Amino acid sequence: MATYTLKVRRYQPESGEGPYWEEFDVDLDPSLSVLDGLLQAKDRDDGSLSVRCSCRAAICGSCGMKVNGQSTLACKTQIGEAFEAANRRNGESEPIVVEPMGNMPVIKDLITDMESTHWTKIRRVTPWLLPHGAPPEREYVVEPESMIDITQSMACIQCGACVSSCLSMEADPDFIGPAALAKAYRFVGDPRDAETEERLHDLAHDPHGIYDCTHCFSCIDACPKGVAPMDQIMRLRRKAGEHGIDDDPNNGHNHVTAMTKIIEKKGTNDESLLIQESYAPGVKGKLKPTKGAIKGLTESLPTVLRAIKTGKARSLSKLIPGIHPKLPDGAQDEVKAIYEHAEEHREEFNVYIHGEEDVEPEPDETKMEETA
Amino acid sequence: MKLAYWPGCVSRGFTPELHGSMAIAAEKLGIELVELDRANCCGAGIIAEHNQELADTLNARTFALAQQTGLAMMNICSTCQGAQSECQQRLDADSAYRAHVNEVLSGQGLAYEKGKDGWTNKNFLWVLVEDYGLDKLAERVTRPLSGLRVGPFYGCYVVRPKERLGYDEFPERDLYLEKVIETLGGEVVEYDGARKCCGFPVITMNRETSLRQAGTHVGDAIDAGADCLVTPCPLCHLNLDMQQPEAAKVVNRDLGLAVLHLPQLVALALGAEPKELGMSKHIASTGWVEDKLSAVPA
Repeated sequence: MATYTLKVRRYQPESGEGPYWEEFDVDLDPSLSVLDGLLQAKDRDDGSLSVRCSCRAAICGSCGMKVNGQSTLACKTQIGEAFEAANRRNGESEPIVVEPMGNMPVIKDLITDMESTHWTKIRRVTPWLLPHGAPPEREYVVEPESMIDITQSMACIQCGACVSSCLSMEADPDFIGPAALAKAYRFVGDPRDAETEERLHDLAHDPHGIYDCTHCFSCIDACPKGVAPMDQIMRLRRKAGEHGIDDDPNNGHNHVTAMTKIIEKKGTNDESLLIQESYAPGVKGKLKPTKGAIKGLTESLPTVLRAIKTGKARSLSKLIPGIHPKLPDGAQDEVKAIYEHAEEHREEFNVYIHGEEDVEPEPDETKMEETA
Repeated sequence: MKLAYWPGCVSRGFTPELHGSMAIAAEKLGIELVELDRANCCGAGIIAEHNQELADTLNARTFALAQQTGLAMMNICSTCQGAQSECQQRLDADSAYRAHVNEVLSGQGLAYEKGKDGWTNKNFLWVLVEDYGLDKLAERVTRPLSGLRVGPFYGCYVVRPKERLGYDEFPERDLYLEKVIETLGGEVVEYDGARKCCGFPVITMNRETSLRQAGTHVGDAIDAGADCLVTPCPLCHLNLDMQQPEAAKVVNRDLGLAVLHLPQLVALALGAEPKELGMSKHIASTGWVEDKLSAVPA
């Protein structure tokens, strides 16, 4: 048993006052949870301290909040570990900081409005099956193997921790966001769904869709269930590319294609060509600017001019797209061979499904033979 | 200390000052770098969006080239670290997948071997703290950065996801910049954005989101009293420094905060001059930092 201080961000809209911090001392075994601490404070000190919770076992997804700035489930965070995390840098007397989830309005204390952001965004991606044709007499029959790919996104418990942590949404509240896009992949990858291409087209053509993710990994660390929403967003991008959806308004597909082509030809990145091709890809020797290309290229100009002025980008290979040198001494041919091999196979290895346990054939058998 | 060195693309592209500064910092630290000049781009997570196996194989090739030297590998870019660690995690998880990827490398006399003689790939920040050592670093400081208020900016790819990036073994990897700043005699500035995203990955896809992220973090650091930021990631540097005047327009405030590459900050404290570290190439003026340091002779 130890005493911990919880520094809780409180807010009661009916008071007419803004949010404020209040500290509660709680006495708990370090292996108990931050949620247990909050419930003890509510029981002992202030019954009006508001928190949403139910199962206390990381199943229901009700108690999403920020503990020491990290979006998580309060019931899945041990209070002893939270104390250590709060005191990693500044001695041993810092309180455990508990706040409501980010990127959504606060209703009261630690209770956020899941409806206006999380659920609205979830509904945005049509989170139900869209099969074609008359339904079968009994259930849809699918091979179990064909569903494995989407088990990771199916593990979502809708707690909103990823939405709370999303750094893209922090800068662009219209971003569809990690939870909804992970849910979108759950249906894009479902063999029973018949509108895969329409879904991908919709998500790629929304300027706040799959190409609005900044690839910051925050949602991966926030998710209590290993859904890795960002990985699902990258799968959606890959699928959109495979379906030939190349005219998204964010130039996202162009950017991926440009980078892939440049490394095949040069081995290292030709940044000026990447900028040009991301906006206006060259097709058979002719530039095909997309709708926003002229705007995008024009907006890049002041930055490029400044870089020329300071000497950052004064060499010709940095200024003229395409004259960037190849890798030396046949190394470029090695890269090309890798492209041929990988484009032929296109294997997709998912650590979540496979696990990290390497099942290398043990040399023990040989040893045993030798011993025998 | 001798290391196989992958400088990445950006340090030879739009942040040429980083490549030069790393060479100077290495010399002052007494680290010998064997540059992997045949190695290829890490794909920055982008090539994996097209074809995951392609990204994994490209990085397996770089790892194999490093392993051929018999040396541990060092990179100087958070993004290289993150993208390469991601591919390495997949390659290390399954011998059959590794064998499949090595099929094409074998034609080039190369093979990536999991855990070969304890082989590691670490960025300069991790090498500095875990292998070089802060005590040894402190001994080499000839111009303590006294009075210099430095805001750390990590870059997402070396802080998340923790499970992939070795935080089980090294739980303080997201505190190393603070430790290095203090070891060099500087003062750490706490501000909101230190471990957030600079916005660079979407600069061509959603310019406003991207620049709002960069502008917000630079502004927060200024408000917290920073003289400069320091980052181990050249892609963060592109958004925080090169795009800073554009970011200022999006967040609608004056910015103007110097952003240093980690090797620049180290080399300055070890006696190098701002000019040889290419600081005049930066977009946001480093004049204020230079003025503060000129009070302390090297």
